[in-house]
Amino acid sequence: MPDYTQYRTGEPAVDTKAPAGPVADRWDTRRFQAKLVNPANRRKHTVIVVGTGLAGGAAGATLAEQGYHVVQFCFQDSPRRAHSVAAQGGINAAKNYRNDGDSIHRLFYDTVKGGDFRARESNVHRLAQISVEIIDQCVAQGVPFAREYGGLLDNRSFGGVQVSRTFYARGQTGQQLLLGAYQALSRQIAAGGVELHARTEMLDLIVVDGKARGIVARDLVTGKIDSYFADAVVLATGGYGNVFYLSTNAMNSNATAVWRAHRRGAYFANPCFTQIHPTCIPRTGDHQSKLTLMSESLRNDGRIWVPRAKGDDRPANQIPEDERDYYLERLYPAFGNLVPRDIASRAAKNVCDEGRGVGPGGQGVYLDFAEAIGRMGRKAVEAKYGNLFDMYQRITDEDPYTVPMRIYPAVHYTMGGLWVDYDLQTTIPGLFAIGEANFSDHGANRLGASALMQGLADGYFVLPATINDYLARNPHTGTVDAQHPAVAETVAETEDRINLLLSVDGDRTPDSFHREIGELMWEYCGMARTEDGLRTALARIPEIREEFWRRIKVPGTGEQFNQSLEKANRIVDYLELAELMCLDALHRAESCGGHFRAESQTPDGEAERRDEEFSYAAAWEFTATGAAPVLHKEDLVFEYVHPTQRSYA
Amino acid sequence: MKLTLRVWRQRNAEEPGAMATYEVDGISADMSFLEMLDTLNEELTLAGDEPVAFDHDCREGICGACSLVINGDAHGPERTTTCQLHMRSFADGDTIDIEPWRASAFPVIKDLVVDRSSFDRIIQSGGYISAATGTAPDAHATPVPKPDADFAFEHAECIGCGACVAACPNGSAMLFTSAKVNHLNVLPQGAPERETRVLDMVAQMDDEGFGGCTLTGECATACPKGIPLPSIAAMNREWLRATRKVRR
Repeated sequence: MPDYTQYRTGEPAVDTKAPAGPVADRWDTRRFQAKLVNPANRRKHTVIVVGTGLAGGAAGATLAEQGYHVVQFCFQDSPRRAHSVAAQGGINAAKNYRNDGDSIHRLFYDTVKGGDFRARESNVHRLAQISVEIIDQCVAQGVPFAREYGGLLDNRSFGGVQVSRTFYARGQTGQQLLLGAYQALSRQIAAGGVELHARTEMLDLIVVDGKARGIVARDLVTGKIDSYFADAVVLATGGYGNVFYLSTNAMNSNATAVWRAHRRGAYFANPCFTQIHPTCIPRTGDHQSKLTLMSESLRNDGRIWVPRAKGDDRPANQIPEDERDYYLERLYPAFGNLVPRDIASRAAKNVCDEGRGVGPGGQGVYLDFAEAIGRMGRKAVEAKYGNLFDMYQRITDEDPYTVPMRIYPAVHYTMGGLWVDYDLQTTIPGLFAIGEANFSDHGANRLGASALMQGLADGYFVLPATINDYLARNPHTGTVDAQHPAVAETVAETEDRINLLLSVDGDRTPDSFHREIGELMWEYCGMARTEDGLRTALARIPEIREEFWRRIKVPGTGEQFNQSLEKANRIVDYLELAELMCLDALHRAESCGGHFRAESQTPDGEAERRDEEFSYAAAWEFTATGAAPVLHKEDLVFEYVHPTQRSYA
Repeated sequence: MKLTLRVWRQRNAEEPGAMATYEVDGISADMSFLEMLDTLNEELTLAGDEPVAFDHDCREGICGACSLVINGDAHGPERTTTCQLHMRSFADGDTIDIEPWRASAFPVIKDLVVDRSSFDRIIQSGGYISAATGTAPDAHATPVPKPDADFAFEHAECIGCGACVAACPNGSAMLFTSAKVNHLNVLPQGAPERETRVLDMVAQMDDEGFGGCTLTGECATACPKGIPLPSIAAMNREWLRATRKVRR
């Protein structure tokens, strides 16, 4: 087999939908250019939406409100459990309610800069514009945002910015926004506009005559594999952070939908752009099944430090002030503890690598609230962060009011995803990707409180406007049913894969393989990447894949509720996606945002971007399992925010 | 530590289930309860047995998927979700009983997994504010007094896990339903549908086969999010007010 790393560079990827003109007018221009579907004709169109998180739930509800027939899927038992529910800190919006100098342009600027100049200006500006409408929409739905005594909405600040533009609902903002979308979706289910299939997992995409026309999905209760048809398919299936095994993602979050779409022809962009979140609870042992995030909002009042001396194993409260190193405040005085996530994570890794880490294995740094408790009083700290402190105490059995928390970075979010144009359409006509599943808005690093903003912007406002154009230009082109050869073939391939997994009957569990690939990725494609390390991983992944198909053991049958089978099937896709992530990381021989190549750093150890060579989004085209993909570059043009070496000092 | 587990095994909704006994060893106090079950499942898989099926997802106490009755208590001995329960709450040598939620409105799917779609249908019957996308006025157009906003939030915290139903001797869903009614009914945005919401949701709750409330209070004791018992009284007042006001 030819070397996987010997990829070919094909035609550039071109976003044909982004209008020209001043950036502030582009969204209006595009909405006017887009063709509309007559309200009476909308009910004749079926749209499949996969996923019910912020993006999917919002899109399903809004499309049904517009009159489309929506068929929606989630693998959870209820749409209310999608992993958006776990987002803690907040949602950004350029409301400027604090009168502190915020504006749409500033949110746009902060996001492009925060993404280390690897996002599209047009998309990011649209996101900033829509942010203000999102807050209005959510308040109208009854989302109980934090309020002040005057009855108006409260705000807080977040990493990477110097204004307070984050709206929040205690430490459960994601939950409250998701319930808002879930309730809007529930209303449409009751009204008959949305047909919901819960506990049903998408296993492949149906492409007929070059267009996305449906999905193959498995009923997780009965095991039945069925095909579902539509005029367009929307993937709102989240990110792929679980390829690392240990991450802050939910246990069942997975990459199967996007990876199967990729195999069917959708380009996958910037797969190596993964976000390592700085404030997670350190792992305690090999039994660890997932990592828990502590909201970034804690960095507003908590101070991060390690002992000045290596191997100082005194308890935190016995280390005097002048023997502590508040390294973020020292290195980045302007932003202090509120530097962007990629910078905070790498700084934590650096001090731990120096041997100054705290806790078991030296894999941790302190996040200390002693000063905040002294300044604000324990009660105020409790009101602001109480639920996070409770969670920390429950997991670690330590009281963060008296002993500083220990934190360590963990995989949290993936900026990469399916390549989409300005309309959020992938390279397969009729297939759209929204929310974390696409690659478009965060560049190489996402700022805090921006994921909720993007998920809801895509779901409530962008997709419902742009999908009209596709549906209007593609009126019914012939019915597709289960007898169609393309459908029968896709269903048969899915059944074969399931049967093969069940028939190997080897001697290793799905989890053991997941853990192995995850550890490999964390080691070589985690916080710091080197050419040697990436080549090591690229040599190892095909071996693990070969071993998987020889030794996997999946008990039970396919015609039943079978969680082992679900896991094993998702690992099949991780074992291919991991390879693409490593190749992307290898090819991008620069550091930018969450992607840190040790070979490309400034003398003082900061990430060094190489704009002349790498100012593009890397969109990869699938060829065959284990065979080199084709690279399509989308050049990034910066007309408004001029690339500079990011400085938060 | 070493433990004896007595676990409810049931192949599917049709076949009867029974308790099965397993021994697990090498359990660390820092493990979560679900990680302890992961350990058991790895052993069962290697032995060629089917692992114990249980619902779980976020493992950080917010998605509401996990749902085990542990030694007779919904979510076990601590006031939290099963996923946030750690093995330090148990002692070496303990015998632990693990069962699914028990309620006729939550039929068993397999082992410890139950069908909670009845909760979704209660929400579909009125647990929302009708505000189609794009219709909203500016977020500051209607100030909400902080006590009302806090009251709404306190009830909006419900994660829909169903522990309240599992803990209730009557299998009642009053705490779940009241949490959503109170969250939305106290807000000015929720006022136009205030009466129909409570009437429709209570009617749906009854149709799903949930039992009546006799104020035993087990629900609020089991609730991992601390939805207070007076939530039920508040809903009863809303219902009474609505029945007087609305001619149906």
